[in-house]
Amino acid sequence: MSALLEVSNLKVAYGKILAVKGISLTVAKGEIVTLIGSNGAGKSTTLRTISGLLHPKAGEITFKGEKISGREGHEIVAKGICQSPEGRRIFPRMTVAENLDLGAFLRNDKAAIAEDQENVLVLFPRLRERLYQRAGTLSGGEQQMLAVGRAMMGRPELLLLDEPSMGLAPVLVELIFDTISKIREMGTTILLVEQNALAALDVADRAYVLESGLITMSGDAKELLRNDEVAKAYLGG
Amino acid sequence: MATAISTAKSGKVHSISRSEARRRVAERIAAVLFSTLGAIWLGANLIKSPAQFFQAAIGGLSNGALYALIALGYTIVYGIIELINFAHGDLFMLGGVFSAYFISVWFGQTKSSPKAWLIFVVCLFLVMAFTASINVAIERFAYRRLRRAPKLAPLITAVGMSFILQFVGLTWNGSGPKNWNSVLPGGAIDISGVKIYYVTLILFAVTIPLLLLLTFIVSKTRQGKAMRATAQDQDAARLMGIDVNRTISFTFAIGGALAGAAGLLYVETIGTTSYNLGYQLGLIAFTSAVLGGIGNLSGAVLGAVLIGLIQGLNDGLPIGLGQQWSQTVVFSILIMLMVFKPAGILGKQVIEKV
Repeated sequence: MSALLEVSNLKVAYGKILAVKGISLTVAKGEIVTLIGSNGAGKSTTLRTISGLLHPKAGEITFKGEKISGREGHEIVAKGICQSPEGRRIFPRMTVAENLDLGAFLRNDKAAIAEDQENVLVLFPRLRERLYQRAGTLSGGEQQMLAVGRAMMGRPELLLLDEPSMGLAPVLVELIFDTISKIREMGTTILLVEQNALAALDVADRAYVLESGLITMSGDAKELLRNDEVAKAYLGG
Repeated sequence: MATAISTAKSGKVHSISRSEARRRVAERIAAVLFSTLGAIWLGANLIKSPAQFFQAAIGGLSNGALYALIALGYTIVYGIIELINFAHGDLFMLGGVFSAYFISVWFGQTKSSPKAWLIFVVCLFLVMAFTASINVAIERFAYRRLRRAPKLAPLITAVGMSFILQFVGLTWNGSGPKNWNSVLPGGAIDISGVKIYYVTLILFAVTIPLLLLLTFIVSKTRQGKAMRATAQDQDAARLMGIDVNRTISFTFAIGGALAGAAGLLYVETIGTTSYNLGYQLGLIAFTSAVLGGIGNLSGAVLGAVLIGLIQGLNDGLPIGLGQQWSQTVVFSILIMLMVFKPAGILGKQVIEKV
């Protein structure tokens, strides 16, 4: 399998402090790959760097064989990578419909955009009820659905999901992970960052474990699920 | 309000809701008192001399239109990067000096004539491009680097930029004020004693389409969509594929262009330029933006029209404090409003922040 996304020896720093200390990972077309680890391990930093919000100190990121590290955020979206960021980051003073519309900012194929919006609303019927409501008035779970839906509106080849289950009620967590499987079935490759390791490993094909900016383990998600160390550190025993 | 107090359970909540209730009552009393006093004052003047009243109101509205053009520049820049661009008033001044030189020195027009009107129109486009370019350059070279710096750094830089532009004005225009002849037609329409000057009509004919165009750009175009998204969350906007730097440049260009148009209109209606013109008008325009609720487009226009009207009426009405008190009245109202409604008139129900 040729890699869709390839991160090699990536180092990212905030000022002088290295948050990501040289990691390498690959995501192949059609896969769900998850990056698990505790708070502050560098998971979000990695995703933000892939999306071009941060620039690496060293290392390289290639997407479809083309180097994308060092490019600006909007250029990376144009290449086909969309992200649902940590903390949702929806536009609170715009309606749900306007938020979804912004997800398709770089596209002008009106018919296909309408089709994609319909797909999003089928995945998340709650958003249809709230379509003309201001996004800031949505509940946390609804905002999360909006953030994921908005990222899908870019019709990405690679979807980056940063902590989509954070702060959600268990029933919504289940819904979000179900949706992640469905999005993959629709043909989108997914790189998922999660603290909820159990659910993430359950939905993913492969996984990387990130600890203090370094990858300490990687492999088949279901095998990691049975791994003692992973169980001890991330699955509560 | 009474129910809010009685339903509050803990002592703390109780006291908060009581002070909140008290504040609201005070706010309402102040608002009623103010509006009543204002209405009595206006009514008395209207009865005493209707012609003078409307004359003063028209004068006030035309002031307001000029302030609105400048105030919008403060407010859209604040809306998008939360910076008070102190150099904005001076940009208006440079627009005025450019226009005066362009029309009267470089093209030697000092009287109203069809040729001069053509040059006026050409000047409108050029001065807008001129001040837009300066504003974009200021953002590009001074403010952009400081975007992630503590808020005080870009603020002080803006103050510094203001001095730099004033110095350019000083070198260009000289240390004293200069007077210029208007090249716009000088007559007036007389409606039962109320004179509406042609220049006033031209002022509105330029300002209103510009305001409508701005509204259209912000609410209907792709670029406007990018501006609104960037104003709310820059990183999220990047993740949508929006070129945030370009969007901010575009915002500065629009603000600058409006200031340039205001400069030209000022020179052609009031007829003076001086290097420190931007300080006074900039301050009034900034006040308008704050009065209306900074970051809010309609608020800036509303604030500007209100301030313009208050000034115009106070200057022109037979019963009033007179011109020497105009600034005092305007700023007293601002201070009162800030005490009772810190977010500005439209500040609370902000619908769109750009």
